[in-house]
Parts: sequence; C-alpha cells; structure tokens
Amino acid sequence: MKKKQEISSEPNNEIKPVAGGGLLDRRLFLKRGLTFITATTVTGASGKLLAEEPSSDVEAIQPRQPWMLKPGKPFSNYGQPSPHESDVIRWISANSMASGNGVSWSPLHQLEGMITPNGLHYERHHNGVPEIDPEKHKLLVHGMVEKALMFSINDLLRYPMESRICFIECGGNSNAGWNSRPVQSEVGYFHGLVSCSEWTGVPLSLILKEVCIDPKATWLIAEAADGIAMEISIPVEKAMDDALLALYQNGERLRPENGYPLRLLLPGWEGVTNVKWLRRLQVTDRPVMSRNETAKYTELLPSGKARQFTFVMDAKSLITSPSPGQEMHGPGFYQITGLAWSGRGKISKVEVSADGGKTWAEAELQEPVLSKCYTRFRIPWHWDGGLAILKSRAIDETGYVQPEREVLVNERGNHGYFHYNAIVSWEIAPEGYISHVYA
Amino acid sequence: MSMHKSSFLLIGLSLLVISQSLSAECDPPGNSPLLGKVAPEKLIEAWDLSIFPDGTGLPPGKGNVVEGEKIYNAQCAVCHGPKGIGGSAEELAGGEQGLTGEYPDKTIGTYWPYATTLFDFIRRGMPLSAPGSLTDDQVYAVTAYLLHVNKILPGDAELSKETLPEVEMPNRSGFVWIYPGLKK
Ligand code: HEC
Repeated sequence: MKKKQEISSEPNNEIKPVAGGGLLDRRLFLKRGLTFITATTVTGASGKLLAEEPSSDVEAIQPRQPWMLKPGKPFSNYGQPSPHESDVIRWISANSMASGNGVSWSPLHQLEGMITPNGLHYERHHNGVPEIDPEKHKLLVHGMVEKALMFSINDLLRYPMESRICFIECGGNSNAGWNSRPVQSEVGYFHGLVSCSEWTGVPLSLILKEVCIDPKATWLIAEAADGIAMEISIPVEKAMDDALLALYQNGERLRPENGYPLRLLLPGWEGVTNVKWLRRLQVTDRPVMSRNETAKYTELLPSGKARQFTFVMDAKSLITSPSPGQEMHGPGFYQITGLAWSGRGKISKVEVSADGGKTWAEAELQEPVLSKCYTRFRIPWHWDGGLAILKSRAIDETGYVQPEREVLVNERGNHGYFHYNAIVSWEIAPEGYISHVYA
Repeated sequence: MSMHKSSFLLIGLSLLVISQSLSAECDPPGNSPLLGKVAPEKLIEAWDLSIFPDGTGLPPGKGNVVEGEKIYNAQCAVCHGPKGIGGSAEELAGGEQGLTGEYPDKTIGTYWPYATTLFDFIRRGMPLSAPGSLTDDQVYAVTAYLLHVNKILPGDAELSKETLPEVEMPNRSGFVWIYPGLKK
C-alpha cells in the first residue's frame, strides 16, 4: 500500500536532485524504502507499473498457481537457465564462408551484477573452437630458458593456484563508436565484447621460474592450439607480474569457447593477448611481429602512423539500464545502473549525467570494487517524463578519466578501429523511447 | 613454509642439485611441485611456428609468383576474391588510398610492416578451411604472389629463406610502440 504513494511523477520535498535532469543522491537507496522502476527489455508481456490501479489479474487471485499443485521436476546433473529466459543469448556475427571466424556478443543489457555467466561470456575466434582432448594437450615453454619444459594439464592442476576476478575485453569492442553516426542496437550488441569472470589457475611466474628464463629475455610469444595457431607477443614484465595460466572459470573448468583446457590470462589487457587453448610459450628478446600485432589490433592515427602494443584497456563505463531496446514505464523513480572497468586498476569513481554532460552526480559503486574488474554502479533518478540524455563517466585509481567522444576522435581520428572507450550517451525521448546519440 | 621445504628435501638429491644451480631469480618457491618434463629438441623444432622479421624460423624451400597465383586461385580466391579483392574475408590487395585521408586502405601493401608476417600467418592458418595443408614451398609461392598483387614484387620474383626477409615493406616504420618501457 505504501508503494502507491511512492511511485508518483513528482519527487516529494525531501528528495532533492543533486544534479540536472533529476539525478538523486546515490545514498538514497540505503536511506529510504523507495520503490524504483526498472527499464525493462521489451518482451511480449507488458511490464507497465500502474500504481493507482488495483491488479485486475484474475489468475493471481487463485490461492495456488498450477505449479504448486504437483511435484516439481527432478534434479538435474547440470543446471540450465529457465526456458523463459531463452532470449538472453550471445549475438553471433560470423564470416559467411567460415562459421568459426567472427565474434559473439555478451548481452550486457540483460545481465546484472559483475560476473558474466560462463555460457554468456563473449567470444572472438579466428578459426572456430578446437575440440581439445585434455589428456593430449601439452604446454611447451622454450626459447631463452635454461631448460625447455613441457607440462600436461594434469601437471598444472597440481600446482598452487590463485584466482583473479577480472574482465577480459576485446581490443575491438565498441568499435561502432568510431562510426560517424551512432549505431542503434542493444548495448550488449555493440559494447558486449567484454565479460568478467573469476579465473583460477597457476601464476605464470611460477612456471617461468621453473624453466628459468634468461635475464636478457624481454618478450614471450604465446600460441594457441586452434586451427589458426593464433600467436601474440607479450612483454615478460606482464608475464611475471599478474599473468595466470587459467584452468577454471567461475569455479568450473574452462568452457571450450573460453580456452579449454588452458588459457593465458593477462588481467586488464586486450582480449587477444589472453590466448585461449594455450599450447606454446616462447621466451625471446623481441616481438615476433605476428599478423595480430601488426595488421590487426593496431590503431591507425590521422597522421598515418599506427599505435602498436597498446595492450592496456583504458577505463570505460556504460549505462546498461535504462538503455536502447528497453522500455521506460512512465515518469517516476528509476535506478540507473551500469558497468565500469579499467585495465589500469580499480575504478575510483563513476559519475552520471542526465542532462547531456552539463552536470554530473556521483554514482554508488557496488562492493566489491576490484582491480581490473567490472564495477557495478547505481544511482537513483527521478525522470520527469521529458527529454533526457544519460551519460556515465569512469575515473580509475590512476586518475584517468574516460574521455568524451569528441576528445577521443580528435586525438585518434576515426580509423583506429580498436580501443574505443569514449563516454556513451543515451537519449530518453519524452514518450520513453531510448536511443544512442552522440552528445 | 618449513613443511614445504623439508618435503622438498625428501624428494631426492637430483632435484636438490638442480635447485641449487639456479640463480636466485629463477628459483621457484618451495611450494612449486616442479612437474615440467624436459622437452625434446625435435619436438620444439616441430612445434615452433614463429617467423621473426629477420627471417629466424623460416624453413628451407622456395616458391615464385607464377606458382603462387595457381595456388591462390585454387585455394584462397573463394574467400578472398580474385587477386585478393572483393571476397567475404579480408581484402589482401587493392590498397589505393594510402593511410591518411578519409578512407585509408589498410592492406598488405599499404599497412603491413614485415613480409615475414605473411609467411608466418599463412603457414599457421591458411587456407582457413584446411590449416596446415600447404607445403613450405607453396607458402613461399603464395606469399610471393600476394606481394606481387600488392605491387611489392615483380611478376618473375621467387622467394626463399634468404630473400623473404630482404623484402622491404613500404610501411616498415609506420608503428609507434605505446606500452611504456618497451625497447625497440
Ligand atoms: C574459408 C575461407 C578462407 C580461405 C579458403 C582462405 N582464407 Fe585467408 N582469411 C580468411 C578469414 C576469415 C581471415 C580473417 C582471419 C581472422 O579473423 O583472424 C583470413 C585472413 C587472411 C590473411 C590476413 C589478412 C589481414 O589483412 O589480416 C591472409 C594474408 C590470408 N587470409 C591469406 C590466405 C591465403 C594465402 C589463402 C589460401 C592459401 C587463404 N587465405 C584462404 C578466410 C579464408
């Protein structure tokens, strides 16, 4: 009954906006038992919340729903999502002549929290997902080492392990942002080449100490056991720092599409360096200049020069709700929520604007806030039903501030393709339609 | 810690000798089970696919533009289009615009800094539908053909372990290393 009064189109006197467009104090969630509307993905059933009308749902009046009148289904060996959630999927975009070449996008707009379910982790494969027999898979470490060694998966499973809860983001994520016109699609389907998991495995430094690398070695070439033997050069410094030979993802052994049985994990670094199906590590004193560190994953600047070995994914944030493809449910209180992450460390602050960047309010960061990891942010908002432009801006612990699109494009031009991390803007039209704009 | 150390000692003299011969920075911590098995030289040779810009890693063999054209038309054109243009996969030639201006062309001829990268990439992954199926001679040949359609090599060129690293790509010095502390 209380609900009735609280969902009104006018904020009451106690609730003063802290920034333009109706943004409210982030601590409001904690202070009051307010009910907030969530913009929802448009589906068949209308989720319109009309507080004034009593429910006319006759079925709801039944003392028991049909599923309460019989025993439920038996146990299952491996749980699956509810069939009612079957539209929560990765969006696949593959080459017409090579079905294993392309990407699948994680549906960021349909997910909550900070961990990506394993089946919805984004994919980028160059030649499909290899079907690896873990008994036959070996890791070879050789090159500038005292002794070249091979490790079986069973060997690696016996080493001391650690977990890193971190994001992996493809260097090409969000690249539609370089287009001269804002692309219209659900947020996951152009920003969803990023995901976040708890990865568990053996610190790479442990293995590099066992082979005993030459002090003059500066690079490591990592190679995959897929149908393109994907290879990439990585500075030894990173390998000795926080690199992990990942065997587990979110508690279970890696999924085939995420590198089963062994993946190189380089927290905060572009996805292509996080080599899946890892089979070979060659210790050297120079990069190999592979196709994926020269022709691709380099960023052409207006000068004609290109940025190479960029590696670190700069701070980025975006609002996942409300976001394009979702539906507003009339004026009232909403919770704005989204994700922020930085390859340089922890997110220290996320600011949100509802007036196109004229004024900003600090969002609440959901605990835990971890280094090189998704950070979920939230802020209450009173939408008055008028035109609003929502933005979020991430600031990381190094002081790096996520740039406005104009700043990024002025600096890099439009043909860099990779490493797009500009502020994202959603326009909420008075009738509630949400679109992507450059503002 | 002390428990690990003592069990380490119990493993046997041979391990102890190895661990003592290592420098301090190589010394793995006492809780590492040290399960790596020595990799045979032959296996390393067979697995090592890396080709460096100076030619390190290139196998013996040779191939020319004319042979390369035949291989290309039979095995590559289906995805990459005739002469490297207009297929479903990446364009492999036809860069006319250069790298500045409104519509820059990032192709082998205009963008790739090293010719060795072509050999490396084709040998490890192409044709995408049958990776590992080309002989080294065929890889030299199709590399020569692609460099020819990119106007880098003349129509009568032949490539080998010695000549491939000598091919100079126009965009050789077009890259700026961003990650701090890297030494060229
Ligand atoms: C089944 C389709 C298919 C066939 C056949 C094929 N390729 Fe490819 N090729 C691709 C795809 C797809 C890519 C992009 C790979 C990626 O995303 O990593 C590619 C990439 C390349 C590249 C890198 C292009 C760039 O700009 O980075 C080269 C070079 C290449 N192929 C050469 C060849 C050669 C030579 C052959 C024949 C021996 C061949 N390809 C046969 C599909 C094919």
